[in-house]
Amino acid sequence: MPSVTEILETMDYGPAPEASGEVRAWLKARGTFGHFIDGAFTKPGKTFATADPATGEVLAKVAAGSVKDVAEAVKAARAAQPGWGRLSGHERAKWLYALARHIQKRERFLAVLETLDNGKPIRESRDIDVPLAARHFYHHAGWAEMLAEEFPGASPVGVCGQIIPWNFPLLMLAWKIAPALAAGNTVVLKPAEYTPLTALAFAEICAEVGLPKGVVNIVTGDGETGAALVAAEVDKIAFTGSTEVGRAIRKATAGTGKALTLELGGKSPFVVFADADLDAAVEGVVDAIWFNQGQVCCAGSRILVQEAVAATFQNRLKARLGKLRVGDPLDKSTDVGAIVDPVQLTRIRDLVAKGEAQGAKLHQAAAQLPAKGCYFAPGFFTDVAPANIVSEAEIFGPVATLTTFRTPDEALALANNTRYGLAASIWSENINLALDVAAKVKAGVVWVNSTNVFDAGAGFGGYRESGFGREGGREGMREYLAEPTPRARAEVAAVALDAAPVPAAPSKGAAPIDRTAKMYVGGAQKRPDSGYSYAVMAKGREIGLAGLGNRKDIRNAVEAAQKAGGWGKATGHNRAQVLYYLAENLSAREAEFTARLKEAGVTKAADEVAGTIRRAFYYAAQADKFDGAVHSTKSAHVTLAMPEAFGVMGIACPNDAPLLGFVSLVLPAIAMGNRVVAVPSQSMPLAATDLYQVFDTSDLPGGVVNIVTGPRDDLARTLAQHDDVAAMWYCGGAEGARMVQAESAGNLKVTWTLANRDWHGPDGQGRGFLTRATQVKNIWIPYGE
Amino acid sequence: MNADATAHGTNTLRNAGIPLQLDWFETIAVNTPAAERRAATLTTRRSVKKEWQAAWLVNAIRCMDLTTLAGDDTEDRVRRLCAKARRPLADHIMEGLGLDRLMTGAVCVYPTMVGAAARALEGSGIPVASVATGFPAGLMPLDLRLAEIRYALDQGADEIDIVITRAHVLDGNWSALYEEIAAMREACGAAHMKAILATGDLKTLRNVYKASMVAMQAGADFIKTSTGKEGVNATLPVSLVMVRALRDYSHETGYRIGFKPAGGMKTAKDAIAWQILMKEELGNPWLSPALFRLGASSMLGDIERQLDHHVTGRYAASSRHALA
Repeated sequence: MPSVTEILETMDYGPAPEASGEVRAWLKARGTFGHFIDGAFTKPGKTFATADPATGEVLAKVAAGSVKDVAEAVKAARAAQPGWGRLSGHERAKWLYALARHIQKRERFLAVLETLDNGKPIRESRDIDVPLAARHFYHHAGWAEMLAEEFPGASPVGVCGQIIPWNFPLLMLAWKIAPALAAGNTVVLKPAEYTPLTALAFAEICAEVGLPKGVVNIVTGDGETGAALVAAEVDKIAFTGSTEVGRAIRKATAGTGKALTLELGGKSPFVVFADADLDAAVEGVVDAIWFNQGQVCCAGSRILVQEAVAATFQNRLKARLGKLRVGDPLDKSTDVGAIVDPVQLTRIRDLVAKGEAQGAKLHQAAAQLPAKGCYFAPGFFTDVAPANIVSEAEIFGPVATLTTFRTPDEALALANNTRYGLAASIWSENINLALDVAAKVKAGVVWVNSTNVFDAGAGFGGYRESGFGREGGREGMREYLAEPTPRARAEVAAVALDAAPVPAAPSKGAAPIDRTAKMYVGGAQKRPDSGYSYAVMAKGREIGLAGLGNRKDIRNAVEAAQKAGGWGKATGHNRAQVLYYLAENLSAREAEFTARLKEAGVTKAADEVAGTIRRAFYYAAQADKFDGAVHSTKSAHVTLAMPEAFGVMGIACPNDAPLLGFVSLVLPAIAMGNRVVAVPSQSMPLAATDLYQVFDTSDLPGGVVNIVTGPRDDLARTLAQHDDVAAMWYCGGAEGARMVQAESAGNLKVTWTLANRDWHGPDGQGRGFLTRATQVKNIWIPYGE
Repeated sequence: MNADATAHGTNTLRNAGIPLQLDWFETIAVNTPAAERRAATLTTRRSVKKEWQAAWLVNAIRCMDLTTLAGDDTEDRVRRLCAKARRPLADHIMEGLGLDRLMTGAVCVYPTMVGAAARALEGSGIPVASVATGFPAGLMPLDLRLAEIRYALDQGADEIDIVITRAHVLDGNWSALYEEIAAMREACGAAHMKAILATGDLKTLRNVYKASMVAMQAGADFIKTSTGKEGVNATLPVSLVMVRALRDYSHETGYRIGFKPAGGMKTAKDAIAWQILMKEELGNPWLSPALFRLGASSMLGDIERQLDHHVTGRYAASSRHALA
């Protein structure tokens, strides 16, 4: 150890290691961990080792979960669920409170253990991960307490299978378990294979507080164990991890009826405008991509800087990079610790090498890396072409890309030029500019002049291929609750489509003028691409012809819908006016529509038209009232939860109730600002095609509603596969629902599959439709001067 | 051990000031929540322990302007303070730390106490700093304020801590502020001038940045946060903004400017916190008394107790240490 005199010459920080003796003693005493099932640890069968990435030292052996282990855990959770779900909210709140308290009381134990197992700096596990985990349990103790009052009629989903990643092991456990338990569910949670230890410590805490057995079950293992959990008899899967695995889970759960939430990867933009506090933004980069070794799904990994300040910003960023301390995660002065595992380190190295090979210039900290252990010097790329692999791929390491932009429009175009949509960070002292970009950026979480700010009271989750569902806040609670399921109503199967002429008896009277129902695309009537029509039959008689739509019609309709983006920017009041006007114009033609439905053999024809008019009034009323919330999170932060339209939605309508079924799905979607490509009732599409003229006279902008008639499930498949469709509703049979869910995996669009219902009754409308037609964006705005 | 004031990097060239450059600061963006966040995490990101902690506390002493600025100051009181500045730590602590020589960066007093301080510090090499220019409010005619500088210099002051007219900042009257400080700098002559911005009166961090920049352009050798008499004195967010202004000025001109937080810092923990700020935002040269001073009075007592504990392993009582 150098003397005081020597240190006075260097003014170094010196080592400041956090003691790990208590935790190491615990690991030594346990040695090998079984699963935590039904309130007790199982005898471990096959095991694998979990190591400290900073040293390679094996910390413990944990059980490799088999299909049988998973089944036993699910069985225990299943057995425990009714009792747990029947407890009063207050009783469950007491348990959650106990868990929160115990996490706090074990805060340093958990922080040290997390750092050992994961490699993250002790500052982060101590000041961020563990306090946020405790906060999550406190917050959800509150939701449990208020559940009946705040979510009347809702019930627990049941048994939840939860699969979490290795980047924030305990925190992600808290994000999963706290809301699930608050809502009355029981869980089987699988921690990541690299980082199972804090979950096992949490299991001991569950046992310590005396949580009823089977409510929380922890099964350790790798991807195979995870796949077994996805396949198990659970009611919901909640997954946080890579987009690749998320896609596989989407496919695997398609048609099973399992609820699904996915929190996946990202390549989040970090936009620095010329009028920003550049020092604040530089520090933001430290908290974004150099936080947790860059192993953060919402990390601001694409830095976009306005050209006017790019040179200054880059110089300051480089200077700041030079101050980072990389090394022993247990040292209290470490900024960047160890990468979680050699496999991940190799992956980062490969991607970075490819990025360099493709022409990007790497600027790396000159930090002296420890001789052994999984370390990667933090840095950033410049000269990155948009097609460079590091522009697109999530590196999941401490390396960002830095590119420049000229104008706010260009910044937005670059920011949204990604398949992901998890988070965005916007730096500007101009509140008009910052909020404008916040509104337009495609991301579930937007931080203005800040980054990586989290709180249990706000929702977190992505747009696009960053997944769906939210964690935290009211919107997060909803994901663990089931609304009462409307009674399914059988519908007559659609008849096979026949493009051949249908000869009828010669007419005795004067010839009626032929009516033509085309496709409705971009506000204009278009002939079907196929050039075929099919007969719409009623009571054995052809009542008209409808275009036989194909995939190209869907393509054209989606393009038209994409162009109608102005609809989403219109005020709720504007949209309400259009919907009211639609009701007015339909009312003027009530008799005609009733006659048409009667002709088609619809039994309650007059009711259906009257119901349609009422529905238009209802969603006109909602258009400017379904608004968001201001979450109570951190002090001096406004956290806005804004329901936003998806953009372009595909809607496959029921065969039943050809008019009312159609409007019951299309109107809530457009009331929220979506543009729709709808496939109307296959057997009676004329009820929908008759609406063209009503749309045209009601000032509905072209492209907001597009209608393609024809084989519903074929057209639905094309919609589900379409990468430029953000959400898809499908009302039809089980096989169609499975198909839509499976095909949606391509761009991970949000799907809602629903069975036909009584569209005349209360199940035919409501706020639930609006919730399904929107995604929540949380915007964080710290304030203070 | 070399605890001289010139141990580390020094100003090779003294700041000569430059003509007023409004475009260097008029549109400056300072985001307050972000500055507060950075300030709050500075001390959670860095830690000094054991020998290192001891060394950093010793360094705080050699960067300290040991201060008394009270209405009831007497020459005897000042002499006592000067004795402490000459011998800031008890002998057993010095011995335990392996130090043979240590003194504070300066002693800071009112102008009428400068003579007593200069006599008491004679031969020690410890500079006498005097507040002047109508300390603390500065609301006196400029000629009297300049005369006060000359008086203090005449009494033997080596350094002058001036106060600015806050109204010039609040009114955005940058040329008036510039001219006032430039005149003071001229009056200081060879004596180093520290410009006290009284940041607690300026309120916003943008104002703090702007006032810092004007003071440096007008020739300040140091910029200093507070008189100790404002409602809010030295804080880390304010200090952060000042050292960033100082960095920017250095970047533009090549001059190194010193920083002196003052007021409200009472603990050894504070001493470490501000040194972390200097090291992280600027670098090691700003851990030497040539470019960094801590304006404090009671902080030394806490540091001495901590160092006593470091040396003996026993918690110390202030009654066993010499009063400042």
